[in-house]
Amino acid sequence: MPETSAAPRRPFDWFALLAVAVTAAAYVRAIWFTPPEMLQGYAQKILYVHAPSAWVAFLAFGLTALAGAFWLFLRDPRLDRFAESSAEVGVVFTTAVLVSGPLWAKPIWGTWWTWDARLTLTLFLWFVYLGYLVLRGVIPERDARARLSAVLGILGALLVPFIHLSVYLFRTMHPMPVVANPDGFQMPPVMVKTFFFAFFAFTLLYAALVRARYAFATDRDALEATLDATPDGGR
Amino acid sequence: MRAPGLLAASWAIARKDLAIEFRTRSAFLSSVVFSLLAIVIFYFAWDPTAVGPLALAPGVLWVTFTFSGLLAMHRSFGVEAADGAIDALLVAPVARESIFLGKALANVVFVAGVQAVSLPAIAIFYNVPLAGAWLPLLGILLLATVGLVAVGTLFASITANTRMAELLLPVLAIPFFVPVVMPAAQATADVLSGRPIAESFAWLRILLAFDLVFVYACTVAYPFTIED
Amino acid sequence: MTTLVAATGLVRTFGARRAVDDVSLALSAGECLALFGPNGAGKTTVLRILAGLLRPSSGEARIGDVRLPDPAARGRVGLISHRSMLYDALTARENVRFAAALHGVPDAEEATVRALAALRVADRADVAVRSLSRGLQQRVAIARAIVHAPDVLLADEPYTGLDAQGGAALTALLRERRAAGAALVVVTHHLHEGLALASHAAVMRAGRFVRFERAEGLDAGRYATEYQELVA
Repeated sequence: MPETSAAPRRPFDWFALLAVAVTAAAYVRAIWFTPPEMLQGYAQKILYVHAPSAWVAFLAFGLTALAGAFWLFLRDPRLDRFAESSAEVGVVFTTAVLVSGPLWAKPIWGTWWTWDARLTLTLFLWFVYLGYLVLRGVIPERDARARLSAVLGILGALLVPFIHLSVYLFRTMHPMPVVANPDGFQMPPVMVKTFFFAFFAFTLLYAALVRARYAFATDRDALEATLDATPDGGR
Repeated sequence: MRAPGLLAASWAIARKDLAIEFRTRSAFLSSVVFSLLAIVIFYFAWDPTAVGPLALAPGVLWVTFTFSGLLAMHRSFGVEAADGAIDALLVAPVARESIFLGKALANVVFVAGVQAVSLPAIAIFYNVPLAGAWLPLLGILLLATVGLVAVGTLFASITANTRMAELLLPVLAIPFFVPVVMPAAQATADVLSGRPIAESFAWLRILLAFDLVFVYACTVAYPFTIED
Repeated sequence: MTTLVAATGLVRTFGARRAVDDVSLALSAGECLALFGPNGAGKTTVLRILAGLLRPSSGEARIGDVRLPDPAARGRVGLISHRSMLYDALTARENVRFAAALHGVPDAEEATVRALAALRVADRADVAVRSLSRGLQQRVAIARAIVHAPDVLLADEPYTGLDAQGGAALTALLRERRAAGAALVVVTHHLHEGLALASHAAVMRAGRFVRFERAEGLDAGRYATEYQELVA
């Protein structure tokens, strides 16, 4: 009987569907069932994207660095696949932070970009992890790729407090007028609940995306292994 | 036969790198010329009646140092890769950390040499009075250069393993230079405008902390960047 | 006789490819292994593992009783690679001296002069390596590898680029190292040359030793014929 070369299909990703559904629910709640903020109006609802994305971005990069550190000692390819997946998903969420920040700042602060300490930190983090992905892209050998990107990931995590410190100090040395302080206002409980819901939903979304990206990495590595093992496919 | 210790081996490697540099002088010369060009061109990038040269000088100085430093650090592993000489270093019974420390030391000397030319140049071209400020300036230069070189040398080792190293090195290294260049430029500005150095202590503390953390971290990380 | 080089169950994978697949060998003082095999058979990878440059994926390699890549083990190894491993801006003398310094050779200057003389490049010692011919560079590279009188000499195609005089100097040197009690591994494509030098001969193919025996008394002509069949 001739073998068919069709790839085995993965079972339907129910977890991803759940994550998308919860995220959708969080937005339905944020848009229709949470009252607009008194001073900022509807623009404040952008923060339901902005803040959870920022949380996920930092979570993603923290886990990337951690997975890299463990890889250096355990040399387990699964850790590297996770680091790769988490970094890529992290860049997506960081991009969401960097896009939603200006969208919110324009109506509230009257300008697209402010060198706000946390936004600036996020911007530099975005650069570090774009570099991380570029580095991964130019190293064909799997172990070398894992090893070098692990080093970069760990150093990137060490860098975060230093960028934060210097950007923060820059702000205190050169104070700019503060138009509105998003930390200052007291949120009514209904908003707090929506925020928690959104944080939870985004974390779930992160997990689902990393899971899917990880599955892809597993398939790709398996495919490479088959190609390497065949006499003509190897080097 | 007793293998040299960490410092002796680092010193031997640094001396070897400097000897190569002294012999060819091509990288040093191009770094110096690059710095002078940058200083001159930056002058025409602003309206001198709106922004005074004195206000420009610190920023120009540090951007110049950053990029000329990257030239030095990129070359630093290039000489090892050319004929596989890095393998001879790795077979030798010296701690691998000493390769990093030796290279970093040579790079500090290299960058300091470029600074020794471009600092007087900016003083003349931008009419900056260095007379009263040179001692604190020296301190800032040293603290910042150590941090720049530690990170830059490590990334040069990482990118030396890849194609398009010359492009990748700045992409990876420059975000890491932010907490060095920003404090250094700010402190330089304070010092040049005649304020006492005590006002810059907050900046210097960041530089010092960065040096301590990253010199250590990069030295420990270096052996992981070598093919094994 | 003491075992100088001991490798057990060496495996090295690159991705899914097994470049070295379960290689074991032991060499005592004064023994020389000639390692033959087609391109890509894993000869260079074995050499790099024995030099402590590559970590085996499994198995282990020892120099004396110290496990690689411990510095104490690396220090007893001399490596002649297929690349010169020289700094072309420095002179021959500076290159060899630097290697001597890294190995902690007590009288580095004298050892340098001796090594360059052994390869008959002493008269070109103060010329920058980049202005030497390919063959002379190879001689300097060999001088660099033996300046610390290594107990274990690993040579990857050491005759490449050498003229008759250089080849003779190298052969004399390898014999002298053997007589002095060093263990040698020589990778080469030249069966006759290799067999003339060696106490043992091995053929690698697809990461494995497919033939391994004592070299003394082997008929070179017959070996060559059998080799062609073996690697075809």
